Amino acid sequence: MSADAQAAVPVGGARRVGRLEPAALAGVMSRDVVIFKRYWKATTFSSVVQPTIYLLAFGLGFGTLLKQIDHVKTIEYIATGTVATAVLFSSAFPGMFNTFIRWQFQRTYDAMLAAPVDVEELITAEVLWISLRAGVYGLAPLIVGIAFGLEPDPGMLLVPFIGFLTGFGFAAFGVVIAAVARTIDNFNYVTSAVLTPMFLVAGTFFPISTLPAGFRDIAKVNPLYHCVQLVRDASLGVLGTADLGHAAVLLVFAIAMWRIAIWQLGKRLID
Amino acid sequence: MEAEDRYPASAGGAQPAISLRGVVKRYGPIVAVNGLDLEVPPGVCFGLLGPNGAGKSTTMRMLTAQALADEGAITVLGYALPRESKQSRLEMGVVPQLDNLDVELTCRQILMVFARLYRVPRAERTLAVERALTLANLLGRADTIVRELSGGMRRRLLVGRGLIHQPRLVLLDEPTVGLDPQVRQELWSLIDGLRASGVTVLMSTHYIEEAERLADVVAVMSQGKIVAQGTPADLVLAHAGEQVLEVYGPPAQLAEASEIVARNGWQSRRSGPALAIMRAETLDGDAPQGVRRPANLEDAFVALTGEEIE
Repeated sequence: MSADAQAAVPVGGARRVGRLEPAALAGVMSRDVVIFKRYWKATTFSSVVQPTIYLLAFGLGFGTLLKQIDHVKTIEYIATGTVATAVLFSSAFPGMFNTFIRWQFQRTYDAMLAAPVDVEELITAEVLWISLRAGVYGLAPLIVGIAFGLEPDPGMLLVPFIGFLTGFGFAAFGVVIAAVARTIDNFNYVTSAVLTPMFLVAGTFFPISTLPAGFRDIAKVNPLYHCVQLVRDASLGVLGTADLGHAAVLLVFAIAMWRIAIWQLGKRLID
Repeated sequence: MEAEDRYPASAGGAQPAISLRGVVKRYGPIVAVNGLDLEVPPGVCFGLLGPNGAGKSTTMRMLTAQALADEGAITVLGYALPRESKQSRLEMGVVPQLDNLDVELTCRQILMVFARLYRVPRAERTLAVERALTLANLLGRADTIVRELSGGMRRRLLVGRGLIHQPRLVLLDEPTVGLDPQVRQELWSLIDGLRASGVTVLMSTHYIEEAERLADVVAVMSQGKIVAQGTPADLVLAHAGEQVLEVYGPPAQLAEASEIVARNGWQSRRSGPALAIMRAETLDGDAPQGVRRPANLEDAFVALTGEEIE
């Protein structure tokens, strides 16, 4: 090795670092981008095939039986519901698995925290990246839906933003689960006891008005329900004042989960 | 960047690169670091020597604020930890004991990510990556995925990663543990080169030879605190004397020699199959037959940290 290549005078200089620095977020996310560039084909494939299957199964299957669900054309109802499930799964799962693997198995987070990056920046960057991706891939069901006869609407351009906001909350929720799970096998409890029921009481594939009263109340506190309503109203061009309420719930959920994720994982990353 | 810009806080010249005062770190009932006082002056290669479990790695983790002290005060490059720890991490490099390289990335990609994390300006990043690759002797492997590198190459990449921003302070946690002699020699000359270029190095190790060869100052750590500190030569002289008498023979003969040692109150230790008697230069005619050799840091180390293995 040539030690001469190392000079005593650093290139960076002693600039002051602040809180939540964009440079730190960009540094952490640059790693995600490198990984994404390698796996984007598989990611894109699954995020297109999955809604296609939902649309074929529910749309064509029910579509022959039902022309409308909750006064909305079946294809419109199912396609917009699928957006929400796509956002949920493409944010909660990476939030859980990526966090756990990078933290426990690859020790990537340990390496990064020895650099001028703190827990807040690390988690914010990871959650931000997942939710950006979830927002973009949330569009896939609509594009597939359009191929199946869904009518395009300018309101659909809002869907990536809704997907981003929802994805931010669920990605951070995934980080919280990763922090408290102890082992990766415990994720199964969360998947079957929280995530799967969640998308059943969200009005994704059938309206919550068909559910017993108790379940309807649960739906009201389910962020995914508010995501579905917002996506549906935006995509069908019928946004109203109620949608402000839906957006507010998603925003509160995102901020709360973000702070809990930093607190819970931070407690375990720094001993 | 001019040197005077680089060291604004050390204008007085005497500010230590690292200072720990009365530091205590507990993990449940275990006291990993127990009232540690340590001062690393700028520009030296400082060796933190101690047996496994002495608290070296915990100390290293506290210096990056990845572990928080329960008691005491820590400053790194003049910044108080943990409050200003991000600032101090910006100006220092860290080479961890555990390999935490990103196995899915290539050497170049890893270095690029860390060049960003260390805020190397965009225009200088490519150059910084090339320089780190050169330093780690990995130019030919720049685009190889880490998973496919040998253990020695991975360790060199870890070193290159920690030096990507040309820090003025480097923490090396057991830099050569588990490496073959060739790679160890290579890393030693690299560390020596760092010191020669004015970088402060704090290196933890349980290899005595490593500390003896590289460190200007050695602090011996045992059970969570510093038990002795000085240049390797001073430590040897203070704790093992000038010469050591090694007595070889069958167990019966060694037992007899041990009795003589005990009777005279001499200081000794088991050295493999032999009995090593310290301060041989002071022994009188009663001494058993044996081979005299110069005392070394290992003698002093065992004298300081005890023979028992925990």
